[in-house]
Amino acid sequence: MSAVLETKPTQFLQILDIDGNVKNSDWMPKLSDQELRNLMHKMVFTRIWDGRAVKLTRQGRLGFYAPVAGQEASMLGSEAATNKEDFLLPSYRDIPQSVWHGLPLYQAFLYSRGHQHGGQIPEGVNVLMPQIIIGAQIVQTTGVAMAFKLRHEKRVAFTYIGDGGTSQGDFYEGINFAGAYQVPAVFIVQNNQFAISVPVRLQTAAQTLASKAVAAGIPSMQVDGMDVLAVYAATKQSVDRAREGAGPSLIETITFRYGPHTMSGDDPTRYRTKDMEQEWQLKDPLVRFRKFLEAKGLWSDRDEESTIEEAKTAVSEALAKADSYPKMTVAGLIDQMFEKLPDDLIVQRAEYASEEGR
Amino acid sequence: MAVMTMIQAITQALDLELARDEKVLLFGEDVGQSGGVFRATDGLQKKYGDQRVFDTPLAESGIAGLATGLGLQGFRPIAEIQFFGFVFEAMDEIAGQAARMRYRSGGRYTCPVVYRAPFGGGVKTPELHADSLEGILMQTPGLKVVIPSNPYDAKGLLISAIRDNDPVFFLEHMKLYRSFKQEVPEEAYTIPLGKANVVREGKDVTIVTYGAMVNTAVQAAETWAKTRGITAEVIDLRTISPIDIETIASSVKKTHRAVVLQEAQRTSGVAAEIVAQINEQAMFYLEAPILRITAPDTVFPYAQIEDEWLPTQTRVIEGLEKVLSM
Ligand SMILES: Cc1ncc(C[n+]2csc(CCOP(=O)(O)OP(=O)(O)O)c2C)c(N)n1
Repeated sequence: MSAVLETKPTQFLQILDIDGNVKNSDWMPKLSDQELRNLMHKMVFTRIWDGRAVKLTRQGRLGFYAPVAGQEASMLGSEAATNKEDFLLPSYRDIPQSVWHGLPLYQAFLYSRGHQHGGQIPEGVNVLMPQIIIGAQIVQTTGVAMAFKLRHEKRVAFTYIGDGGTSQGDFYEGINFAGAYQVPAVFIVQNNQFAISVPVRLQTAAQTLASKAVAAGIPSMQVDGMDVLAVYAATKQSVDRAREGAGPSLIETITFRYGPHTMSGDDPTRYRTKDMEQEWQLKDPLVRFRKFLEAKGLWSDRDEESTIEEAKTAVSEALAKADSYPKMTVAGLIDQMFEKLPDDLIVQRAEYASEEGR
Repeated sequence: MAVMTMIQAITQALDLELARDEKVLLFGEDVGQSGGVFRATDGLQKKYGDQRVFDTPLAESGIAGLATGLGLQGFRPIAEIQFFGFVFEAMDEIAGQAARMRYRSGGRYTCPVVYRAPFGGGVKTPELHADSLEGILMQTPGLKVVIPSNPYDAKGLLISAIRDNDPVFFLEHMKLYRSFKQEVPEEAYTIPLGKANVVREGKDVTIVTYGAMVNTAVQAAETWAKTRGITAEVIDLRTISPIDIETIASSVKKTHRAVVLQEAQRTSGVAAEIVAQINEQAMFYLEAPILRITAPDTVFPYAQIEDEWLPTQTRVIEGLEKVLSM
């Protein structure tokens, strides 16, 4: 694994082709059999939970949800290359990375439902709440990474943004600051082809999104986002160099979301064809990696089935835990406004507390 | 006359103005091909072409800045901010740039831009979609701010906003988009900016409000009239900047009591401004202090507790009782 990340934002890294054959052994990451199986386990688990979440949203049992099917390799191959001490700044779609980085699933569900406890990240879990304001996570990542640098900690800040998000001023500002200060940050651009309905070609005249890093003076590359090994390998190199003090870098994963933008009324038939959807299904990250593992005798139907069962059970248990979590009160929300409540809020709190008490 | 929802009335206003004046342009995130996340611009790109109705890259400062540039070149841009909570991204272009253009150039340049944005609670969106940030806009000299409460007003006010030669922020309450229909004339008509509307006459208390809270106020007033035989006059501001203090003051001079109802948090903002202006114009007619009925001073709440946080009819009636007893 040498210089590829350094200079060529137009280079496209693929390790496995769509049939699971190794195309580029130079970049093959050094993963144990168990680590390879773990990657598959996470992807299958996440596909099942995503399908359940979509259904639960339709039934009104979850609230805000942005489907992830199609993006498992991009999301989980990258997260798997980080350490638990590394700090994740996710966007609204990056719930799987948050959960695999340590956020309890029931809290992800409470977040979806619009409950404050969804954002109360447990101590020791290095994850921020999902970012709604597109681009804000990029500038903040640079700040988190600077903190690690100032404290001489061997930790990395990593973040995700979509193709559309790379049009924001905050995106350019954040990667530029990261380059200027040479902080340990990794920026992952998940190019799933559309920002809600807007295709990448309407976002920019840039040849690739990875090439946006050139002007910030930070290395970048494009990877096949449907190939979990390619995503892992590229992210690992980025994370390692950041940890060693060699500065920030950016990875663009080429991927696709199979479902609607979110479950709040988006209709993909307004902006993309069935043909396009089918074309992407052929590149499916799970199918490809399963073939690779099966050929090595590392994955079987039994593994698949037990993972599916495990995911279903985990979702039901998390849901039950979310259901039984206490309701919020307005007085309770007021309590979270300041370390010490100012007098006017004490008065307001009393108004609501007396009502809510009755 | 057709019966339509507020979103249909808005689409029709945009359609009519695009047809009437080729200087009108419409752009924003997802407004073209897909017709907007609420379908407010549905069919307009097909009808007027992608030179006049188009999708932008995802960047609010870019959208608002594009509007400033086009505006000072004589176009009439209608820029959509997909949700009002994202306006912070565009604040320099709106408050720092467009709203000052006329003043800075001593009238040489103007910015006849309309910014449209959905906002408002009760629909359980993720954070920073529903926030009532209108107080921030109201404190921007050079910017007009319009908030319709029904389909008929939305159409007439939007057409006025588009034809206005200064920047106008047009806020569309999400809960009103499809919650009820109203008769709306097919043809273009205008409702003057800066004129409030007395939507219900009454003699005992004046309720000043705007947006979705107009319905809450009217319902509370009706319940109150039935149960207590006391009548409240309801004023729909329609435009929160400039404020029609004349209509408010003449009502207060008649009723001698007032409450101001808003969905936004209590401190500063529209309600505080109305209270100040009533004090300036009608202080000696008041028989009780003016009461604000608002949300508490927290960040806009999580979806699961929106309904408790937003002012309710019960809360309004409690407020009315309170000013009546003082
Ligand atoms: C500042 C800001 N502007 C607009 C939006 C509304 N919005 C939410 S998601 C989205 C599209 C994002 O597309 P992309 O960045 O490609 O990421 P994806 O959703 O495809 O993962 C838009 C416009 C927002 N959340 N924040």
